[in-house]
Amino acid sequence: MGASVGTSPHSPLPDDWQPSATLERLRQRARLLARVRTFFSDRGVLEVETPSLSASAASDPQLHSLGVEEPLFGAGRYYLQTSPESAMKRLLAAGSGPIYQLGRAFRGGECGTWHNPEFTLLEWYRPGWDEHRLASEVLELITTLTGVRHSATRDYRQLFRRRTGLDAQNAPLPALREAASAIESALGAESDRSTLLDFLFTTRVVPLLSRCRGTVLVHGFPTAQALQATLAEDVDGVPVARRFEVYLGGIELANGYAELRDVTEQRRRFEADLTERRRLGLPEPPLCERQLAALAAGLPEVSGVAVGIDRLVALALGERAIAPVMAFGINRA
Amino acid sequence: MVNHSTNEFRPGLKLLLDGDPCSIVENEFVKPGKGQAFNRVRLRNLCNGRIWERTFKSGESLPAADVLEREMSYLYSDTQGWHFMDDSSYEQYCAGEQAVAEVRQWLSGQDRCMVMLWNGEPLSVRAPNFVELEVTQTEPGLRGDTAAGGVKPAELSTGAVVRVPLFIEIGDRLRVDTRTGAYQGRVGKG
Repeated sequence: MGASVGTSPHSPLPDDWQPSATLERLRQRARLLARVRTFFSDRGVLEVETPSLSASAASDPQLHSLGVEEPLFGAGRYYLQTSPESAMKRLLAAGSGPIYQLGRAFRGGECGTWHNPEFTLLEWYRPGWDEHRLASEVLELITTLTGVRHSATRDYRQLFRRRTGLDAQNAPLPALREAASAIESALGAESDRSTLLDFLFTTRVVPLLSRCRGTVLVHGFPTAQALQATLAEDVDGVPVARRFEVYLGGIELANGYAELRDVTEQRRRFEADLTERRRLGLPEPPLCERQLAALAAGLPEVSGVAVGIDRLVALALGERAIAPVMAFGINRA
Repeated sequence: MVNHSTNEFRPGLKLLLDGDPCSIVENEFVKPGKGQAFNRVRLRNLCNGRIWERTFKSGESLPAADVLEREMSYLYSDTQGWHFMDDSSYEQYCAGEQAVAEVRQWLSGQDRCMVMLWNGEPLSVRAPNFVELEVTQTEPGLRGDTAAGGVKPAELSTGAVVRVPLFIEIGDRLRVDTRTGAYQGRVGKG
């Protein structure tokens, strides 16, 4: 009582203490999160919470895990999780049945209109479902939250061929480099296949997707972009990753897989990631041996997906950035 | 040489790209799926004013462009170019035709301009927002007809032509907005 307001004698007070979002947006966000929980409880999917801090980290060279010192265990280094994937797969192997998680994920260095290093990720798994059935459920959830309907389902290879004239799975590296160089000479010169695909998809295909009013489901990814998806052959006998993505307004909202269950293949991909990290001079964090042990013990056939909740809330409320739907973006955190 | 990584990119940062100094207009971080992150950048080429749309892998670096802006007084022009003097160091600089292309029609003696220097050479010149110039040529004034609100062209001492009210006469001094070329008012009568 009686203390003067905002006149610290020590240092000028920062003027950015206020939230990034309006209070009205935060109320709307809370209602949308409640609807997510209802969506899953109505369907008998169990809500779980797995650790944000883990002794292992994602191997993917494109993901930067943030490390944390934990004094309890000597000089133990823990990592803020880039997604709850490993832990949730361990629950699935333990017989959890269908599960979902609505929690925080952390990805270092990712900051921009549609990125924040700390963000809210919705991830769920459906044992016994293939990726197409799961993709339909993703579209249903998006319609429930945003009112936006599904407008198209597209095959990655066909989209890519239409926009670049090249076969994403089989085109020789020099042809991909030439196509990328025509847009940005330096990028075409030394990039690997996956980077070239990312670049051409981002610059040539995504602008096309952004013209659709509804959601666009893209499936059948090239095997260079399989990540943790199983491989299969498409109708032409061409190898393909059983992975899908959902776009709305040109923004990627969901990324899902028919999950890889083969422990030998999973270890091979982890090791390949570490080799790539070494080549790029990136840190090589400890692999999740417990996830491998869970696969060895037996993962049911399962499809899983991750949805960026900040983006979904932003698009549902007509925003064109995530900061206006976050209490505090990283620059105010 | 100083380099700037993509995570330092922000509007106004000056970079050297394909040999030309550029200023970042807009920087967007894009990352497909769990794939390669890129920065999609809009830059203004400071040599010719053109806008470039470029894409870089996140984490890449570009050399900084040694570009700075100084307030200078315009002195005179001759066959070599347009001469300016830094008011603090008294150092003189000569700007070429391209650097003054957009402002030369407003330059008269002692105007305080912002001169952008790249490696110590004038790259572009910004005229003061408002200048006062004398009318050297215009049709005779139509006295008593000011209410009609008509306009006519008037040539100024620097060669610029602006649209002025009908009552303006040769010898009048006018205040002009150099950003739009719009007449602002009469500040002296001829």
